[in-house]
Amino acid sequence: MTAARSLLAVEDLGADGIERILDLADHMAEVNRRPNPKVPALRGKTVCSVFFEDSTRTRLSFETAARRLSADTMTFAVSQSSLSKGESLRDTIETIAAMGVDAFVVRHKSSGAPRMIDAWTHASVINAGDGWHAHPTQALLDAYTVRTSLGRAGGLEGLRMAIVGDVKHSRVARSTVAAMRMLGVHVTVVAPRTLLPPDVGEAFADAVTDRLDDVIGDIDVLYLLRMQQERMNEALVPSLREYTTRFGLTSERAAALAPQTLIMHPGPMNRGVEIAVDPAELPGAVITQQVTNGIAVRMAVLFDLLGTAGAGATSATATQDVLTEGGSQ
Amino acid sequence: MSLLITGARVIDPNGERRVDVRVADGIVGQVAKQLEPVDGDEIIDAAGQVLTPGFVDLHVHLREPGREEAETIETGSRAAVLGGFTAVVAMPNTDPTQDSVEVVDFVRRQGERAGSCEVLPAGSITVGRAGERLAPFAELAGAGVKIFTDDGNGVQDPLLMRRALEYADGLGITLAQHCEVERLTEGAVMHEGSCCSRLGLPGWPSIAEELMLHRDIELVRLTGVGMHFLHLSTATSVELVRAAKADGLPITAEATPHHFSLTDERLETYDALYKVNPPLRTPDDLAAIRAGLADGTIDAIATDHAPHVAESKEQPLDAAPPGMLGLETALGVSLASLDMTLADVIGALSWKPAAIAGIGDRHGRPIEPGEPANLTVIDPDEVWEVVPARLASKSRNTPYVGMPLRGRVLHTIFRGTAVVRDATALR
Repeated sequence: MTAARSLLAVEDLGADGIERILDLADHMAEVNRRPNPKVPALRGKTVCSVFFEDSTRTRLSFETAARRLSADTMTFAVSQSSLSKGESLRDTIETIAAMGVDAFVVRHKSSGAPRMIDAWTHASVINAGDGWHAHPTQALLDAYTVRTSLGRAGGLEGLRMAIVGDVKHSRVARSTVAAMRMLGVHVTVVAPRTLLPPDVGEAFADAVTDRLDDVIGDIDVLYLLRMQQERMNEALVPSLREYTTRFGLTSERAAALAPQTLIMHPGPMNRGVEIAVDPAELPGAVITQQVTNGIAVRMAVLFDLLGTAGAGATSATATQDVLTEGGSQ
Repeated sequence: MSLLITGARVIDPNGERRVDVRVADGIVGQVAKQLEPVDGDEIIDAAGQVLTPGFVDLHVHLREPGREEAETIETGSRAAVLGGFTAVVAMPNTDPTQDSVEVVDFVRRQGERAGSCEVLPAGSITVGRAGERLAPFAELAGAGVKIFTDDGNGVQDPLLMRRALEYADGLGITLAQHCEVERLTEGAVMHEGSCCSRLGLPGWPSIAEELMLHRDIELVRLTGVGMHFLHLSTATSVELVRAAKADGLPITAEATPHHFSLTDERLETYDALYKVNPPLRTPDDLAAIRAGLADGTIDAIATDHAPHVAESKEQPLDAAPPGMLGLETALGVSLASLDMTLADVIGALSWKPAAIAGIGDRHGRPIEPGEPANLTVIDPDEVWEVVPARLASKSRNTPYVGMPLRGRVLHTIFRGTAVVRDATALR
């Protein structure tokens, strides 16, 4: 496999690439458990977060990951920027790149924007979410969470997942469904037609249904998507109450889950809508683990792209070397 | 001074023949098997080439007034004649809108000043293209406007559209619709289908075009007033027009070269170069457009030439404006893509759109003595590739780089004078 410079979509990694990142994330999780969770692996590298759309959670996760690898971090927040003064996206990127940036972490409201940026810079570009299109590090942290929570270091092959809610407008759904299927997970999409992409079919998911109750007793992972209030204005569902009745995790549905079923959510949650029970009372809920794992997985992605050994060539021993406390200092 | 065109195969509404043609004083003078040069003749040796009436483009955006950084009437009409067009219909989405005599007079004058081809300003159907009240059809018709459209927007209000048709009756004008039900295309950047599912891009469903087309066909049936339909893009649209014509309704339709040569897969690169309205569609739609042109359901090839500066296309798809260049590549794309006789392609580029534009008295004419000399000489077999930097248009947003085009415009004669010689603009 050729060394990738950027991570724009999880599909670009392939199953082997995903496994490589998840293996690396195990090392990173070990680093994160140390009293001083910091290694010099990316010392001298500069990572710039460029968020054209607000997402404090994702930005903090990436910046924490970069700092734990000793990279320098910069933040470009659009509200304070020249973009509001009419500077083009390209000029903005080229200007920041000229300051010496090794990686851009990009969030943009438009599908495809990270791909355009990738064409304009020699730096690595990590897609931190673009439009409805992709959110590859979310998909990786989801896969990592399933793997660690179910003790499936050997692989996810044969697991069954249902992903419920607004798939149409969800970059998380597109990336997570793709990653899970590449890893051999059987994915059922659960949503009314109004919240499905047009022409949704075998290329998108293994099964599609609008009846959550038909699948809820027979899954290893229940993945709930955020139901956004603004979708009400677009006549996509009649009311949030009806949405909860048909697609929400109610206490009745929680009781129907198999005991080991994981409950996941990309956050932020709409309590009372897609989750109508307190997740703290659900033994299978791994929603906070997803957040914790996000740091390790993003460290793995940054290291995979920027580590001196280069992508795909991070052998176990080389990795071990740079991740040793004080190593190569 | 006169112009002698020798050796050409002539294709015009009267058919095909091998003749020499002398042009003088803006009109076709002599036509004969063989004409001898006389003193002062400028000679065009067109042996092996094809002489046709000049092409007529029903649909161009020349951007002047208002967006002169993207195109001017001078650069756009130069691009037109390089594409073999001797008349173009300039869409009214200018700033200010072409909804007053002052603005349409300005556009026409700028066309005359540039002197390359005839620039026919279209009027808008509604004031400011806002879809609220009718533009002054009769005043504009008095200023020579023949085609009225809100192109870029469809007229959403069915009551207003009905009134527009009824009021237009008898004024000698044609209303042209951009078919798009806007409630179905909010935020859309590409064809709604499997591509947009995968790419996470908001889709522009075919039904948004077909619903308005169907509505307007029924309004034509109700009012008896004819209409022209702009840039058809879907298989069902072709079917609707075919059925309406079979019913004898007075309608005409056009299709663009990009809708019969490119499909929605182009958007996989997220390159806004391929964003256009209506969007590039599926291979089935493309095949239906080709078949519609071949059987005459679609009357004319029109480019929807839409220049945009590079910066505006270097944006994410939702922010970038729709549209692509077309004037200089229309013939080459048409002959490379369409399974039609050369005469049928020329007809769809020349005399059929000339009739729709209401200029059949001076464009798309038979090449006979006494006729206005708006002519084009093409090499129908030359294979070539477009080089953006060499385009006469002020903008570079052509989607055809790297695609072999067939058929090259060599010479264009406007009102008896060569304005393009050897594929080079002279004005």
